[in-house]
Amino acid sequence: MTDFVAILYIIAFALFIYGLMGLTGPRTAVRGNWIAAVGMGIAVLATLLTPGMGNWLLIILGVAIGVLVGVPSARKVKMTAMPQMVALFNGVGGGAVALIAWVEFNSTDGYAHEPVYIAIASLFAAIIGSISFWGSNVAFGKLQELISGRPITMGKLQQPVNALLLLVALACAVIIVAGGDNGILMVGLLVAAGILGLTVVLPIGGADMPVVISLLNAFTGLSAAAMGLALDNTALIVAGMIVGASGSILTNLMAKAMNRSIPAIVAGGFGGGPAVAAGGPKEARPVRATSAADTAIQMAYASKVVVVPGYGMAVAQAQHTVREMAKLLEKKGITVAYAIHPVAGRMPGHMNVLLAEADVPYEQLKEMDEINSEFAQTDVALVIGANDVTNPAAQTDPSSPIYGMPILKVNESRSVIVLKRGMASGFAGIDNDLFYDPKTSMLFGDAKSSVGEIVEELKAL
Amino acid sequence: MSPLVQNLAVLVLAGFVGFAVISKVPNTLHTPLMSGTNAIHGIVLLGGLIVLGLGVDGVFNKILLVIAIAFGTINVVGGFLVTDRMLSMFKGKKPTPAEEDEK
Repeated sequence: MTDFVAILYIIAFALFIYGLMGLTGPRTAVRGNWIAAVGMGIAVLATLLTPGMGNWLLIILGVAIGVLVGVPSARKVKMTAMPQMVALFNGVGGGAVALIAWVEFNSTDGYAHEPVYIAIASLFAAIIGSISFWGSNVAFGKLQELISGRPITMGKLQQPVNALLLLVALACAVIIVAGGDNGILMVGLLVAAGILGLTVVLPIGGADMPVVISLLNAFTGLSAAAMGLALDNTALIVAGMIVGASGSILTNLMAKAMNRSIPAIVAGGFGGGPAVAAGGPKEARPVRATSAADTAIQMAYASKVVVVPGYGMAVAQAQHTVREMAKLLEKKGITVAYAIHPVAGRMPGHMNVLLAEADVPYEQLKEMDEINSEFAQTDVALVIGANDVTNPAAQTDPSSPIYGMPILKVNESRSVIVLKRGMASGFAGIDNDLFYDPKTSMLFGDAKSSVGEIVEELKAL
Repeated sequence: MSPLVQNLAVLVLAGFVGFAVISKVPNTLHTPLMSGTNAIHGIVLLGGLIVLGLGVDGVFNKILLVIAIAFGTINVVGGFLVTDRMLSMFKGKKPTPAEEDEK
């Protein structure tokens, strides 16, 4: 590496760090993202300036394929599908690491003439990269609902199988470091780690998926750093390690917001008990159904309405209609606020993004701690497609799988109206006592059309 | 000092930088931040560029590396674009203290 390349790398690091600092503040986030992107551009350019570079056609081919796939998918993806897109982008990063390690193995005859540390770093990168690739793909499949969002477990076999797969991968790595150069060893390592990625993420319930994606993100960062050690490339070391460290902190912050511990999430299954998770054919409890007209009247005579948005609103793309409804209510002198649970939707901040898109004033978006003290003075809580984050069982029922998760105390308001497509359970796969509360009435139907009807009724009043 | 020790020093320091940068983040920004860091680990693209650019034998290895470079590029380009799209949702509401004044 020439000094010139090294200096360009250093400039890139400074931009990464400065950009990331920007991303932690709402005012500076957009700029921060672009600063980091410029850093990446400089790092790529510097690498291409490394003396002795060749194979230009193949490099251009690879980059062209990447751009042709990456740009349209990033541009076209719907805001609701953003989380799984992040999972997918994370996965391909891990996949790239695993592939590079594989080539390293092939082209050095199993690290025959390399120092031991290079072999160890490269194999570490291969294992983590492969786990991250397959794990992220499962996360994508679950969020995209290609795979059931519910925990898929092997029951008691789960932990032994995972341990066995990890052992197989590690055993392959040890044999390679000890001098094994059979290509099957490397393939075995990649396959065992890949299956481990699948079996670790499959049992995790959809509600925990954001935390898992963040964890896999940190993993990919670590694997990039390890690859940097193997290739003696400071850019990979620095950028990978920064992501590894900041990613693990972020994972921790997210897990805290859901009151879940990372080991508990990785250990598998939301609550694990399939008897509870399935919701079971419990005794059919009565629910009270209502109509759009009644809902409109109820809200029109309220003095304070709190909207509790959830994934249902995101799926139905109802945010603009919700905003229209809120405007009508405000015209009647009714106070409207939005209660944002930290993990409502599929990702922290999901609801903020959607409501901001619909021009909801920032000061009406209330975070959980702030709004929870206000529910007692709320006349109508309008729950739009949110479920688990309002389940009072999280506070009252120690046997519930989500016990201890902080919730929006919707049940403290004077009346609750829940907009929902049907009586299906939420992403955590458990029943919600809120729906059977005598104060609660249900307005069944697609969130957007239901809110649309409410708007019409409000206009007619 | 061997390159390993130098690189390990860089590794440890970079780790602390990573910890220090993410001290307090509002919930709202968790997702964009995750997406942004996600884009940054697309730096693995460089690994593919170096290994392929500095020469590698065998068609199979070359195919693997082209895929790796494509993956890395998707990670970088897609990551930054998606982050920008998420963040652009928050735009426009920042210069609205005027609205608050109306109250």
